[in-house]
Amino acid sequence: MIRNFFSFKFLSLSNKLFGNLSAIMLSLLIVGIIYALVISPPDHVQGDSVRIMYIHVPSSFIGLGCFGLIGLLSVCNLIFRIIFLSLIAKSLAAIGLIFTVISILTGSMWGKPTWGVWWAWDARLTSMLILLFFYIAYILSWKIIKNTSKANKVASFVGILGSFNLPIIKYSVNWWNTLHQPSSITLTSAPTIHYSMLIPLIIMIAGMILYALVIFLMRYKTELIKLKLSKKK
Amino acid sequence: MIGRRVKSRILILLISLLILSIVTFTVFKSLEKNVVYFLSPTEIKQNEDIDFEKKIRIGGLVKENSVVKNQNTIKFIVTDNKNEIVVSYVGLLPNLFSEGKGVVAEGKLRDKKYFIAHTILAKHDENYMPPEVIKTLND
Repeated sequence: MIRNFFSFKFLSLSNKLFGNLSAIMLSLLIVGIIYALVISPPDHVQGDSVRIMYIHVPSSFIGLGCFGLIGLLSVCNLIFRIIFLSLIAKSLAAIGLIFTVISILTGSMWGKPTWGVWWAWDARLTSMLILLFFYIAYILSWKIIKNTSKANKVASFVGILGSFNLPIIKYSVNWWNTLHQPSSITLTSAPTIHYSMLIPLIIMIAGMILYALVIFLMRYKTELIKLKLSKKK
Repeated sequence: MIGRRVKSRILILLISLLILSIVTFTVFKSLEKNVVYFLSPTEIKQNEDIDFEKKIRIGGLVKENSVVKNQNTIKFIVTDNKNEIVVSYVGLLPNLFSEGKGVVAEGKLRDKKYFIAHTILAKHDENYMPPEVIKTLND
Protein backbone atom coordinates (compact mmCIF):
# COMPACT_ATOMS: atom_id res chain seq x y z
CA MET A 1 0.00 0.00 0.00
CA ILE A 2 2.61 2.56 1.10
CA ARG A 3 4.97 1.40 -1.62
CA ASN A 4 2.24 1.93 -4.22
CA PHE A 5 1.78 5.49 -3.03
CA PHE A 6 5.24 6.40 -4.32
CA SER A 7 4.73 4.98 -7.79
CA PHE A 8 2.43 5.09 -10.77
CA LYS A 9 0.44 2.23 -9.24
CA PHE A 10 -1.24 4.93 -7.17
CA LEU A 11 -3.24 5.92 -10.26
CA SER A 12 -5.14 2.64 -10.36
CA LEU A 13 -5.96 2.37 -6.67
CA SER A 14 -7.02 5.95 -6.07
CA ASN A 15 -10.60 5.93 -7.42
CA LYS A 16 -12.14 3.78 -4.70
CA LEU A 17 -10.16 5.68 -2.07
CA PHE A 18 -11.61 9.01 -3.25
CA GLY A 19 -15.21 7.83 -2.92
CA ASN A 20 -14.78 6.49 0.60
CA LEU A 21 -12.76 9.44 1.86
CA SER A 22 -15.17 11.98 0.37
CA ALA A 23 -18.14 10.28 2.01
CA ILE A 24 -16.50 10.35 5.46
CA MET A 25 -15.35 13.92 4.91
CA LEU A 26 -18.80 15.17 3.89
CA SER A 27 -20.56 13.55 6.84
CA LEU A 28 -17.94 14.89 9.27
CA LEU A 29 -18.19 18.41 7.86
CA ILE A 30 -22.01 18.45 7.87
CA VAL A 31 -22.16 17.22 11.48
CA GLY A 32 -19.30 19.55 12.45
CA ILE A 33 -20.79 22.67 10.91
CA ILE A 34 -24.24 22.07 12.41
CA TYR A 35 -22.66 21.38 15.79
CA ALA A 36 -20.39 24.43 15.56
CA LEU A 37 -22.96 26.93 14.30
CA VAL A 38 -26.18 25.75 15.97
CA ILE A 39 -25.72 23.32 18.85
CA SER A 40 -22.56 24.61 20.55
CA PRO A 41 -23.06 27.51 23.00
CA PRO A 42 -21.73 31.06 22.56
CA ASP A 43 -18.70 32.02 24.65
CA HIS A 44 -19.19 33.94 27.89
CA VAL A 45 -17.04 36.87 26.74
CA GLN A 46 -16.79 36.61 22.97
CA GLY A 47 -20.42 35.73 22.31
CA ASP A 48 -21.15 34.24 18.92
CA SER A 49 -17.86 35.36 17.37
CA VAL A 50 -16.31 32.31 19.04
CA ARG A 51 -17.78 30.30 16.14
CA ILE A 52 -15.11 31.74 13.83
CA MET A 53 -12.69 29.53 15.75
CA TYR A 54 -14.20 26.38 14.26
CA ILE A 55 -12.84 27.41 10.86
CA HIS A 56 -9.82 29.38 12.04
CA VAL A 57 -8.12 26.70 14.16
CA PRO A 58 -8.40 23.81 11.63
CA SER A 59 -7.20 26.14 8.83
CA SER A 60 -4.15 27.24 10.82
CA PHE A 61 -3.44 23.62 11.72
CA ILE A 62 -3.55 22.52 8.08
CA GLY A 63 -1.57 25.58 6.96
CA LEU A 64 1.22 24.72 9.41
CA GLY A 65 0.96 20.96 8.88
CA CYS A 66 1.28 21.14 5.10
CA PHE A 67 4.44 23.21 5.36
CA GLY A 68 5.84 20.84 7.97
CA LEU A 69 5.36 17.99 5.52
CA ILE A 70 6.85 20.05 2.70
CA GLY A 71 9.91 20.67 4.89
CA LEU A 72 10.35 16.97 5.68
CA LEU A 73 9.80 15.96 2.05
CA SER A 74 12.29 18.60 0.94
CA VAL A 75 14.99 17.19 3.21
CA CYS A 76 14.37 13.62 1.99
CA ASN A 77 14.15 14.89 -1.55
CA LEU A 78 17.53 16.61 -1.45
CA ILE A 79 19.11 13.47 -0.02
CA PHE A 80 17.48 10.65 -1.98
CA ARG A 81 16.32 12.45 -5.16
CA ILE A 82 13.04 10.56 -5.53
CA ILE A 83 10.78 12.33 -8.01
CA PHE A 84 7.59 11.25 -6.21
CA LEU A 85 8.61 13.08 -3.04
CA SER A 86 8.83 16.37 -4.88
CA LEU A 87 5.46 15.74 -6.55
CA ILE A 88 3.85 15.16 -3.14
CA ALA A 89 5.38 18.36 -1.75
CA LYS A 90 4.30 20.26 -4.86
CA SER A 91 0.72 19.01 -4.49
CA LEU A 92 0.59 20.03 -0.82
CA ALA A 93 1.77 23.60 -1.40
CA ALA A 94 -1.36 25.18 -2.87
CA ILE A 95 -3.57 23.51 -0.24
CA GLY A 96 -1.43 24.87 2.57
CA LEU A 97 -1.40 28.31 0.95
CA ILE A 98 -5.21 28.48 0.75
CA PHE A 99 -5.67 27.35 4.34
CA THR A 100 -3.06 29.85 5.56
CA VAL A 101 -4.97 32.61 3.77
CA ILE A 102 -8.25 31.39 5.33
CA SER A 103 -6.57 31.32 8.74
CA ILE A 104 -5.34 34.91 8.42
CA LEU A 105 -8.67 36.20 7.06
CA THR A 106 -10.83 34.49 9.69
CA GLY A 107 -8.38 35.57 12.39
CA SER A 108 -8.71 39.13 11.19
CA MET A 109 -12.52 38.93 11.26
CA TRP A 110 -12.32 37.66 14.82
CA GLY A 111 -9.70 40.22 15.85
CA LYS A 112 -11.87 43.22 14.99
CA PRO A 113 -14.72 42.46 17.43
CA THR A 114 -12.42 40.91 20.06
CA TRP A 115 -9.26 42.99 20.21
CA GLY A 116 -10.61 46.05 18.45
CA VAL A 117 -8.22 45.83 15.47
CA TRP A 118 -8.12 43.81 12.24
CA TRP A 119 -4.38 43.33 12.39
CA ALA A 120 -1.57 43.68 14.92
CA TRP A 121 2.14 43.21 14.33
CA ASP A 122 2.55 40.74 17.13
CA ALA A 123 4.80 37.69 16.85
CA ARG A 124 2.06 35.15 16.04
CA LEU A 125 0.38 37.18 13.33
CA THR A 126 3.63 38.31 11.75
CA SER A 127 5.16 34.83 11.66
CA MET A 128 1.94 33.50 10.11
CA LEU A 129 2.24 36.16 7.38
CA ILE A 130 5.84 35.04 6.81
CA LEU A 131 4.56 31.48 6.36
CA LEU A 132 2.22 32.80 3.66
CA PHE A 133 5.21 34.37 1.87
CA PHE A 134 7.14 31.10 2.09
CA TYR A 135 4.24 29.27 0.47
CA ILE A 136 4.18 31.84 -2.33
CA ALA A 137 7.97 31.56 -2.76
CA TYR A 138 7.74 27.76 -2.83
CA ILE A 139 5.00 27.70 -5.46
CA LEU A 140 6.70 30.41 -7.53
CA SER A 141 10.01 28.54 -7.60
CA TRP A 142 8.23 25.63 -9.28
CA LYS A 143 6.43 27.94 -11.69
CA ILE A 144 9.25 30.29 -12.66
CA ILE A 145 12.20 27.91 -13.03
CA LYS A 146 11.74 25.92 -16.22
CA ASN A 147 14.48 23.33 -15.61
CA THR A 148 12.75 20.69 -13.45
CA SER A 149 15.76 19.44 -11.50
CA LYS A 150 16.88 23.00 -10.77
CA ALA A 151 13.35 23.99 -9.74
CA ASN A 152 13.27 20.95 -7.48
CA LYS A 153 16.46 22.04 -5.71
CA VAL A 154 15.41 25.66 -5.26
CA ALA A 155 11.90 24.71 -4.09
CA SER A 156 13.31 22.19 -1.59
CA PHE A 157 15.64 24.85 -0.26
CA VAL A 158 12.69 27.23 0.23
CA GLY A 159 10.77 24.40 1.89
CA ILE A 160 13.56 23.73 4.39
CA LEU A 161 14.15 27.42 5.08
CA GLY A 162 10.45 28.00 5.68
CA SER A 163 10.24 25.12 8.13
CA PHE A 164 12.37 27.08 10.58
CA ASN A 165 9.45 29.46 10.84
CA LEU A 166 7.07 26.72 12.04
CA PRO A 167 8.30 26.35 15.65
CA ILE A 168 8.42 30.15 15.81
CA ILE A 169 4.72 30.32 14.86
CA LYS A 170 3.81 27.54 17.28
CA TYR A 171 5.70 28.86 20.30
CA SER A 172 5.55 32.62 19.59
CA VAL A 173 2.62 32.92 22.01
CA ASN A 174 4.64 31.27 24.78
CA TRP A 175 8.04 32.84 24.18
CA TRP A 176 7.01 36.47 23.83
CA ASN A 177 4.22 38.81 24.91
CA THR A 178 1.71 38.66 22.08
CA LEU A 179 -1.80 39.95 21.50
CA HIS A 180 -2.79 36.49 20.31
CA GLN A 181 -3.77 34.17 23.15
CA PRO A 182 -1.81 30.96 23.89
CA SER A 183 -3.12 27.59 22.71
CA SER A 184 -6.20 26.23 24.46
CA ILE A 185 -5.32 22.67 23.54
CA THR A 186 -1.88 21.40 24.54
CA LEU A 187 -0.36 17.95 24.87
CA THR A 188 0.81 18.53 28.42
CA SER A 189 -2.25 19.93 30.22
CA ALA A 190 -6.04 19.76 30.19
CA PRO A 191 -7.70 21.87 27.49
CA THR A 192 -8.92 25.28 28.66
CA ILE A 193 -11.85 25.06 26.30
CA HIS A 194 -15.19 23.70 27.49
CA TYR A 195 -16.10 20.27 26.07
CA SER A 196 -19.26 21.67 24.44
CA MET A 197 -16.92 23.69 22.19
CA LEU A 198 -14.08 21.20 22.08
CA ILE A 199 -16.16 18.42 20.47
CA PRO A 200 -17.31 20.46 17.43
CA LEU A 201 -13.76 21.81 17.10
CA ILE A 202 -12.31 18.30 16.94
CA ILE A 203 -14.97 17.21 14.41
CA MET A 204 -14.20 20.25 12.28
CA ILE A 205 -10.44 19.60 12.48
CA ALA A 206 -10.97 15.99 11.37
CA GLY A 207 -13.36 16.98 8.57
CA MET A 208 -11.14 19.73 7.23
CA ILE A 209 -8.03 17.53 7.35
CA LEU A 210 -9.91 14.93 5.32
CA TYR A 211 -10.96 17.66 2.88
CA ALA A 212 -7.31 18.70 2.50
CA LEU A 213 -6.38 15.04 2.05
CA VAL A 214 -8.94 14.48 -0.73
CA ILE A 215 -7.79 17.62 -2.56
CA PHE A 216 -4.19 16.52 -2.08
CA LEU A 217 -4.87 13.06 -3.57
CA MET A 218 -6.52 14.70 -6.59
CA ARG A 219 -3.59 17.03 -7.12
CA TYR A 220 -1.04 14.27 -6.64
CA LYS A 221 -2.89 12.16 -9.21
CA THR A 222 -2.79 15.06 -11.66
CA GLU A 223 0.95 15.49 -11.11
CA LEU A 224 1.52 11.78 -11.69
CA ILE A 225 -0.46 11.84 -14.93
CA LYS A 226 1.50 14.89 -16.07
CA LEU A 227 4.77 13.11 -15.33
CA LYS A 228 3.65 9.96 -17.16
CA LEU A 229 2.67 12.00 -20.22
CA SER A 230 5.95 13.91 -20.27
CA LYS A 231 7.86 10.61 -20.12
CA LYS A 232 5.93 9.20 -23.07
CA LYS A 233 6.87 12.10 -25.32
CA MET B 1 22.62 0.32 1.39
CA ILE B 2 23.28 4.01 1.56
CA GLY B 3 25.62 5.06 -1.22
CA ARG B 4 28.53 7.44 -0.90
CA ARG B 5 26.79 10.27 -2.74
CA VAL B 6 23.75 9.98 -0.48
CA LYS B 7 26.03 10.01 2.55
CA SER B 8 27.76 13.19 1.44
CA ARG B 9 24.38 14.83 0.76
CA ILE B 10 23.21 13.96 4.26
CA LEU B 11 26.40 15.46 5.71
CA ILE B 12 26.10 18.69 3.71
CA LEU B 13 22.43 19.02 4.62
CA LEU B 14 23.07 18.39 8.32
CA ILE B 15 25.80 21.02 8.43
CA SER B 16 23.69 23.60 6.62
CA LEU B 17 20.70 22.87 8.87
CA LEU B 18 22.89 23.38 11.92
CA ILE B 19 24.22 26.69 10.59
CA LEU B 20 20.72 27.81 9.66
CA SER B 21 19.34 27.08 13.12
CA ILE B 22 22.19 28.97 14.78
CA VAL B 23 21.58 31.94 12.48
CA THR B 24 17.81 31.94 13.14
CA PHE B 25 18.39 31.67 16.86
CA THR B 26 20.86 34.57 17.01
CA VAL B 27 18.70 36.77 14.78
CA PHE B 28 15.70 36.24 17.04
CA LYS B 29 17.73 36.69 20.20
CA SER B 30 18.99 40.06 18.98
CA LEU B 31 15.54 41.09 17.78
CA GLU B 32 13.87 40.07 21.02
CA LYS B 33 13.10 43.67 21.98
CA ASN B 34 11.19 44.22 18.76
CA VAL B 35 9.40 40.88 18.81
CA VAL B 36 7.53 41.48 22.06
CA TYR B 37 4.20 43.14 21.38
CA PHE B 38 3.89 44.85 24.74
CA LEU B 39 5.74 45.35 28.02
CA SER B 40 4.36 44.38 31.41
CA PRO B 41 4.42 46.87 34.32
CA THR B 42 7.29 44.90 35.88
CA GLU B 43 9.31 45.10 32.66
CA ILE B 44 8.69 48.86 32.57
CA LYS B 45 9.87 49.20 36.15
CA GLN B 46 13.06 47.20 35.52
CA ASN B 47 13.83 48.88 32.21
CA GLU B 48 16.61 51.45 32.66
CA ASP B 49 16.47 53.22 29.31
CA ILE B 50 12.88 54.04 28.51
CA ASP B 51 12.30 56.67 25.84
CA PHE B 52 9.38 58.71 27.13
CA GLU B 53 8.93 60.35 23.74
CA LYS B 54 8.49 57.04 21.94
CA LYS B 55 5.18 55.29 21.35
CA ILE B 56 5.11 51.99 23.21
CA ARG B 57 2.59 49.33 24.26
CA ILE B 58 1.98 48.12 27.75
CA GLY B 59 -0.15 45.16 28.74
CA GLY B 60 -1.52 43.25 31.68
CA LEU B 61 -4.78 42.79 33.50
CA VAL B 62 -7.25 45.55 34.25
CA LYS B 63 -7.27 45.73 38.04
CA GLU B 64 -10.63 44.95 39.65
CA ASN B 65 -12.60 48.06 40.71
CA SER B 66 -10.01 50.38 39.21
CA VAL B 67 -11.94 51.72 36.21
CA VAL B 68 -13.01 55.34 36.74
CA LYS B 69 -14.95 57.23 34.07
CA ASN B 70 -14.78 61.00 34.33
CA GLN B 71 -16.66 62.71 31.48
CA ASN B 72 -14.62 61.60 28.47
CA THR B 73 -11.54 60.41 30.24
CA ILE B 74 -11.28 56.81 31.37
CA LYS B 75 -8.72 55.85 33.94
CA PHE B 76 -7.82 52.36 35.04
CA ILE B 77 -4.91 50.41 36.49
CA VAL B 78 -2.96 47.83 34.50
CA THR B 79 -1.41 45.20 36.73
CA ASP B 80 0.68 42.06 36.38
CA ASN B 81 -0.02 41.24 40.04
CA LYS B 82 3.41 42.58 40.99
CA ASN B 83 3.54 46.13 39.68
CA GLU B 84 0.91 48.58 38.48
CA ILE B 85 0.60 51.42 36.01
CA VAL B 86 -2.22 53.96 35.82
CA VAL B 87 -3.59 54.37 32.30
CA SER B 88 -5.60 57.34 31.13
CA TYR B 89 -7.50 57.20 27.87
CA VAL B 90 -9.98 59.26 25.87
CA GLY B 91 -12.12 57.36 23.40
CA LEU B 92 -14.20 54.27 22.87
CA LEU B 93 -13.30 51.07 24.64
CA PRO B 94 -13.47 47.72 22.82
CA ASN B 95 -16.49 45.57 23.76
CA LEU B 96 -14.41 42.96 25.50
CA PHE B 97 -12.69 45.46 27.78
CA SER B 98 -13.54 44.58 31.37
CA GLU B 99 -12.09 44.43 34.86
CA GLY B 100 -9.97 41.40 35.60
CA LYS B 101 -9.38 40.78 31.87
CA GLY B 102 -6.32 41.28 29.69
CA VAL B 103 -5.65 44.61 28.01
CA VAL B 104 -3.00 46.16 25.77
CA ALA B 105 -2.63 49.96 25.65
CA GLU B 106 -0.79 51.90 22.96
CA GLY B 107 0.62 55.32 23.79
CA LYS B 108 3.34 57.08 25.74
CA LEU B 109 4.58 56.87 29.28
CA ARG B 110 4.45 60.13 31.21
CA ASP B 111 6.45 58.54 33.97
CA LYS B 112 7.00 54.96 35.07
CA LYS B 113 3.68 54.87 36.89
CA TYR B 114 1.47 56.83 34.47
CA PHE B 115 0.60 55.99 30.87
CA ILE B 116 -1.32 58.11 28.38
CA ALA B 117 -3.00 55.79 25.87
CA HIS B 118 -4.35 56.64 22.45
CA THR B 119 -5.54 53.11 21.61
CA ILE B 120 -6.88 50.35 23.83
CA LEU B 121 -6.97 46.73 22.70
CA ALA B 122 -8.73 43.97 24.60
CA LYS B 123 -6.69 40.80 25.00
CA HIS B 124 -8.55 37.54 25.00
CA ASP B 125 -7.26 34.62 27.06
CA GLU B 126 -7.20 30.94 26.15
CA ASN B 127 -10.33 30.08 28.17
CA TYR B 128 -13.47 29.23 26.24
CA MET B 129 -16.60 28.72 28.31
CA PRO B 130 -20.33 28.89 27.68
CA PRO B 131 -22.15 31.53 29.81
CA GLU B 132 -24.17 28.94 31.76
CA VAL B 133 -21.01 27.24 33.01
CA ILE B 134 -19.55 30.55 34.21
CA LYS B 135 -22.82 31.27 35.98
CA THR B 136 -22.81 27.98 37.86
CA LEU B 137 -19.11 28.41 38.68
CA ASN B 138 -19.80 31.81 40.21
CA ASP B 139 -22.84 30.70 42.23
